[in-house]
Amino acid sequence: MPNKDEHLDASGISRRGFLKGVGAASAATALLTGAQEMKEAAAQAAAPAEMGPGNVTIMLDVNGIQHKVEVEPRVTLLDALRNRLDLTGTKKVCDRGTCGACTCMVDGDLAYSCSMLAVEAVGRKITTIEGLGTPDKLSDIQKAFIEHDALQCGFCTPGFVMATTAFVKAHPNATLEEVRKGMGGNLCRCGTYAGITQVALGTPAYVKGGA
Amino acid sequence: MAKTAWPAPDRRKLIGSYTSRLDGPQKATGAAKYAFDINRPDMLYAKILQCPHGNCKVLEVDTKEAEAMKGVAAVLVEKDARSGALPEITFAGDTVATVAAVTEEIAYEALAKIKVKYEVKPPLMDDRNPANVSGRESKTATGDAVAGFAAADTTIEGYYGLACVTHCCLEAHGQVCEWRDGDLYVWPSTQNVSGYAGGVKDTAALPLEKIHVDCQYMGGGFGSKFAADAWGNIGVTLSKMTGKPVKLMLDRDQELKIAGNRPSSYAKVKVGVKKDGTITAWDSNCWGSGGQQRFSLRTLPYVFTGIPNQNTLANGVITNRGAQRAWRAPNHPQGCLITMAALEDAAAAIGMDSLEFFKKNLSLTDKADIYAEQLDIAAEMIGYKQKAHLRGDKTPGPIKKGIGMSMHTWGGKGHPSQCSVTINPDGSVVAQLGSQDLGTGTRTAITMVVAETLGIPMDKVRTELGKNSYPASGASGGSTTIGGVSASSRDASTKALNVLLDKVAASLGVPKDNLEAWDGKIQEVGNPAKSVAWEKACSMMGMMPITQQGSNPPGDLTELTTDGVGGVQMAEVSVDIETGVVRMENYAVVQDVGLIIDMKTAESQLFGAMVMGVTYALYEEAIYDNKTGAMLNSDMEFYRLAGLGDIGNFKVHFMTDEKYQSRGVIGLGEPPVISPGAAISNAVANAIGVRVSELPLTPDRVLAALNQGGVA
Ligand code: FES
Ligand code: FES
Repeated sequence: MPNKDEHLDASGISRRGFLKGVGAASAATALLTGAQEMKEAAAQAAAPAEMGPGNVTIMLDVNGIQHKVEVEPRVTLLDALRNRLDLTGTKKVCDRGTCGACTCMVDGDLAYSCSMLAVEAVGRKITTIEGLGTPDKLSDIQKAFIEHDALQCGFCTPGFVMATTAFVKAHPNATLEEVRKGMGGNLCRCGTYAGITQVALGTPAYVKGGA
Repeated sequence: MAKTAWPAPDRRKLIGSYTSRLDGPQKATGAAKYAFDINRPDMLYAKILQCPHGNCKVLEVDTKEAEAMKGVAAVLVEKDARSGALPEITFAGDTVATVAAVTEEIAYEALAKIKVKYEVKPPLMDDRNPANVSGRESKTATGDAVAGFAAADTTIEGYYGLACVTHCCLEAHGQVCEWRDGDLYVWPSTQNVSGYAGGVKDTAALPLEKIHVDCQYMGGGFGSKFAADAWGNIGVTLSKMTGKPVKLMLDRDQELKIAGNRPSSYAKVKVGVKKDGTITAWDSNCWGSGGQQRFSLRTLPYVFTGIPNQNTLANGVITNRGAQRAWRAPNHPQGCLITMAALEDAAAAIGMDSLEFFKKNLSLTDKADIYAEQLDIAAEMIGYKQKAHLRGDKTPGPIKKGIGMSMHTWGGKGHPSQCSVTINPDGSVVAQLGSQDLGTGTRTAITMVVAETLGIPMDKVRTELGKNSYPASGASGGSTTIGGVSASSRDASTKALNVLLDKVAASLGVPKDNLEAWDGKIQEVGNPAKSVAWEKACSMMGMMPITQQGSNPPGDLTELTTDGVGGVQMAEVSVDIETGVVRMENYAVVQDVGLIIDMKTAESQLFGAMVMGVTYALYEEAIYDNKTGAMLNSDMEFYRLAGLGDIGNFKVHFMTDEKYQSRGVIGLGEPPVISPGAAISNAVANAIGVRVSELPLTPDRVLAALNQGGVA
């Protein structure tokens, strides 16, 4: 149950408080939005060993490196990466599973790290944008983002690079329709969709004037 | 001797090329550090307690419990700047108190422990009601409107409007502040590196040279990030109080509530028109709201400013929402939608093809030839001849298609800018200026200009910007950056080159007036046989590097940067008349913009503007509760941005003839974002046979319009 001492977000639901109460196993229910649903989910959840309040020490496997992290159980994976491990390539924008800026891979699947607790990620393989390439050693998708100018301010870019990397792997010869359907989980304010579409289609070189 | 004027077309290797942005690798790998990403040792996180009421007086703030919490370093209660008393608050989301704590989680928890008593008053939120106007009325009259309407065969009367939208920068506003040895270091997300410190210097009580600003990357501004803002000053204060670095970035809901919005605009318009399409008169009564800031729209009629016999009236409504901020092309999208929609309604009323109608009236604009050329190109790009129909798609079935068009104009002269260019004895070159790269490609363009000027490859030039210790350069707003920084960096690098030419002239045995930098060499003009390689030439300067300052002076147009551009856009949409859903099909953007430095990032500006345009045309709207003044959709589920699947196919075309390019560099950020609302609204009217009077063109509005008429 939400603790009245905790910060309530705009929807009036304290995600962190709720999850602290019911433990990590039911964290996927963070995506639920109605208070009643949250209560029901809480009731259904088996109650594992309670963590917190206060810090717990966990190990996170990020980009193949084991990190010892001290976090409160209510800390999201996103905040743990950014604030505890200084892995700031993963961005915080909506902080509630809408925009995709915080996209990481967890055990090879895309995940919104703002909508997952750090304690949930224990024992799983986390890949962040820093794990895909570096400025001196770019991945093919990163190179393609630059070639197609699929980035302006760049704030959405790490999330889009993660999403596109996974999309292209799953759909190596995607059609335009598939790209439009499959790449809908991320948002860009600067409007870089033309370039990102070309990256996801696997177009080799910049298309002058658009397509 | 090298001249400052832009090189002739056959002497441009880099300028006008398709060059990938230089900071792409940093951005694509997450290595780029934005303000949001700056983590300092021992840093505290600050979070703001927002006022939930649109209009109230703060009576009491009890912070005892919050302050007693373990991990809380400071709690700062907002006071009225003049009286020092607890403040009157005039928009929801404004700051009541701020907590700095060792973690974000503790800061949030502490906010919940602050107890506040308010005296709540009713807010004024309804900006659609013209009875609420309170601003200064502005009136114009030209010719004789009564006679103009009497001369018309048909007079249309319409109502048009655009809701308030926010900037919704993906990187929220905010900064990290740190005091060190009596100096203040700030990493803000700003469009105004050189001017930022002025906004915190009183709070810091420091001279400007002791305030160090650093912004290498910033995640979007669109006109909302010029000032240091209240939260900048709060950050400075908290950091001073605690002696620790403090990060204060707005939460997403706050970003949408208080960090900038574009004024709403509504208008009742009458247009008089003859059967042959001649426009005889215009009358508009326009109102809208800039929130807490006075606002009245003075861009009517837009582009077709030469319409004879006009009456215009503009006024504003002061509402209890945050003050407006410049939103990409201030006041133009509103003027454009209202004008182009009214004119298109006039064309439909006389049963005339829209393209023919707009062309017939181009003499009422100040760029008749340019628009004529651009209309033809856009029509060709979108297949107008094959697809066009008069208003109302008669195709059977629920899906109706239509094409709409719009025209726009903008200034875009370069802002004042200074730049220093250093040529080192090893041949490396550094350009420095206190500018910023908002994602427009500023860093890349400056590097291209300097490399072009010195005749060397781009990888020999490093451009350093984003710090206020560099020569001052203007804020990035109003499409003024590229003109300013390209001119100052051209000027500085030309001057530096001339010093170098002076030094090598004797050894080459060529008078310096007859030398040029070309193709990695200093050579006799047009004669590579008499040359010295760049590195060799630089080694002749001895130990001391050459450093020269260049500038783009304030004031008049120069040979390097001028202003005044036009653009035409055409949209093709399909509308499902059963659900009211509008889909983008095709979009054509035609823009003239003077000399283009980097074609690739310039095209990105057009694509990006078009996406932003689709967003405010179809989805984007800040919705406020009339009772409490709260913004009801201050998140990204219900404050909707267009996604990758929402935008259809689009093509862009630049006017690159020498007659356009010879005007020098002109800014590009604003012009292409002006027309989409109008072009898409006109396309929807063309498809369904009836005007949807307000943007965004949401399904409920489309269905409501269809209830009034249109295609069956
Ligand atoms: S920050 Fe996680 S989805 Fe937006
Ligand atoms: S590049 Fe700026 S938000 Fe996508």
